[in-house]
Amino acid sequence: MPVEALLQLAEVARLTTFSMTPLLLAAIGEIITELAGVVNIGLEGIMLLAGFTAVAAAEAWGPLAGLLAGVLVGALIGLLHGWISVYLKGDQIISGLGINIFALGFVAFGIEALWGVRGYYTPPPEAKVPRIPGLGVSPTFIAAIVIAVVSYYVLYKTGVGLKIRAVGEKPDAAESVGVHVERVQLAATIVGAALSGLAGAFLSIDWLAAITKELPAGRGFIALAIVNFANWNPVLALAGSGLFGFFWTLGEWVKNIGTIKAIIPIPLLNTIPYIATLIVTAGFIGKSRPPAHIGRPYRRE
Amino acid sequence: MLTALTFAVGVRAGVFNIGAEGQLYLGALGAVLVAALPLPGFLYFPLGLLAGVGLAVAFAAIAGILKARRGVNEVVSTIMLNWVAFWIVEYMRTYQIADPHDPSKTIPVPPQARLPLLIKGTELSAAIIVAVAFVVAVYYILWHTVIGYEIRATGLNPDAARYAGIRVERSILASFIVGGIAAGLAGFLEVTGRPPHYAITTGLSNLLGLGFDGITVSLMGLNHPLAIIPASIFVAALKVGARGMQIEAGVPLEMVKAVQGVIIISLAAPGLIRTIQARRRARLVKEVETVAS
Repeated sequence: MPVEALLQLAEVARLTTFSMTPLLLAAIGEIITELAGVVNIGLEGIMLLAGFTAVAAAEAWGPLAGLLAGVLVGALIGLLHGWISVYLKGDQIISGLGINIFALGFVAFGIEALWGVRGYYTPPPEAKVPRIPGLGVSPTFIAAIVIAVVSYYVLYKTGVGLKIRAVGEKPDAAESVGVHVERVQLAATIVGAALSGLAGAFLSIDWLAAITKELPAGRGFIALAIVNFANWNPVLALAGSGLFGFFWTLGEWVKNIGTIKAIIPIPLLNTIPYIATLIVTAGFIGKSRPPAHIGRPYRRE
Repeated sequence: MLTALTFAVGVRAGVFNIGAEGQLYLGALGAVLVAALPLPGFLYFPLGLLAGVGLAVAFAAIAGILKARRGVNEVVSTIMLNWVAFWIVEYMRTYQIADPHDPSKTIPVPPQARLPLLIKGTELSAAIIVAVAFVVAVYYILWHTVIGYEIRATGLNPDAARYAGIRVERSILASFIVGGIAAGLAGFLEVTGRPPHYAITTGLSNLLGLGFDGITVSLMGLNHPLAIIPASIFVAALKVGARGMQIEAGVPLEMVKAVQGVIIISLAAPGLIRTIQARRRARLVKEVETVAS
């Protein structure tokens, strides 16, 4: 019995490496973007568009091309959002909303236009990112952990990181010592969105290996919650996405237990990750402090 | 039109309430839940309205309280609640109130509770009258009552509003509640006033996206209740056109969403809206400051 329990625990842990990866990647991306003072709530839309493109690219040129295509799409949308937010001094929340709604429509349309099916498409197995042999986890998961540690180091221990944080904290001061505020903000937005793009590609050709118009299923917004939870620290985001990813796994896992399924029907079990996110966010918030100049365009006096 | 109000009232209080989608599902659920009860015919309409709007307001209030008391980002909380609402309604639809004759939808709303059609053979029902009346009412509340003034002042400058003695938390919560009423009403009207189903269909397909349409409409109407009316006609025309395109040319209906996204993204960029809002903001901030001093 203990052996069996241990095995089950190991399986839950393995599944959690999958559910936490997209959350972690998107959250790190948003941390980078927000530390530079730009908010991007379009993560959900970026994931969806990147996931869609990744399937198309992976089908044609293999999984690596799929992941790269996801990153590229993310970066392009980041460029658009950054341009609106940083140079046009537009409303960042509205731009993000627009990205989400555009993605919803475009991908639903694209799935039908490309593959002639409605709403759901499964790419062939050779388009899928292979698992690491023996461990059964995805190489993207390992990459995500490396990205988390590296971005913590860059953001908090190097000159580049200092510049990024200075721009988000006090842009006028940053500029007075020669930092190009707009350039840093645009770059941070592009890099951040590219990571969300990778998260989307991971969903569609790595973990779930399918594309639907509900692919991200709220994960883009859970990633936003993790950013707060982690107090803008990529390493804490690792813990945060582990926790939120675990709730996701839990929701899926209990569906396979007959007795629970008999008491609580599946549609209600689907609410677990969302309710858990709400409760955890409500409990933890207030202890974290956002960058001072967040969400507002920088205007010179 | 009504879901646009949810967003518009929220923006007026300085919050981005994007929970209209989920609240609308619950408004529709309320109407259908009551339809499942054995009741005298004339009771279905008022009780359904009460249940639908009540459920929607309860959900909106969760986001409102989390925002006002705990500072939880409303963008995150309302999206989470949207998903919770989706699965609750999906659960009710498949397990509790499915139509015994047609499992792809819920039991329909009884004829006594349906809104009359204004023109026979069309989809134009009395729902539009209710909607317009409600929009005007919200305009009145926002611009001609104390709580409306407080909501707007909170949205323009919460610090100045607090200094002037306005209870900011209360205004935020009030904006969520008004928004919840609007979205709940929208959901209720969608099932009581929309032929042919008068029910909730598989995967909530007849409700999906209406809350997000509201965001487009509200932004196009510069978040002003009265301007929402023409903006909603525009978006509705887009959708009807898309239905035609789907039938004639096989272009999927969802293409409208992509068009809406483009509209919203271009509205985000400054220009007209920003300058108008900035001017308004300056005026109201001055007003609040005079009151405060």
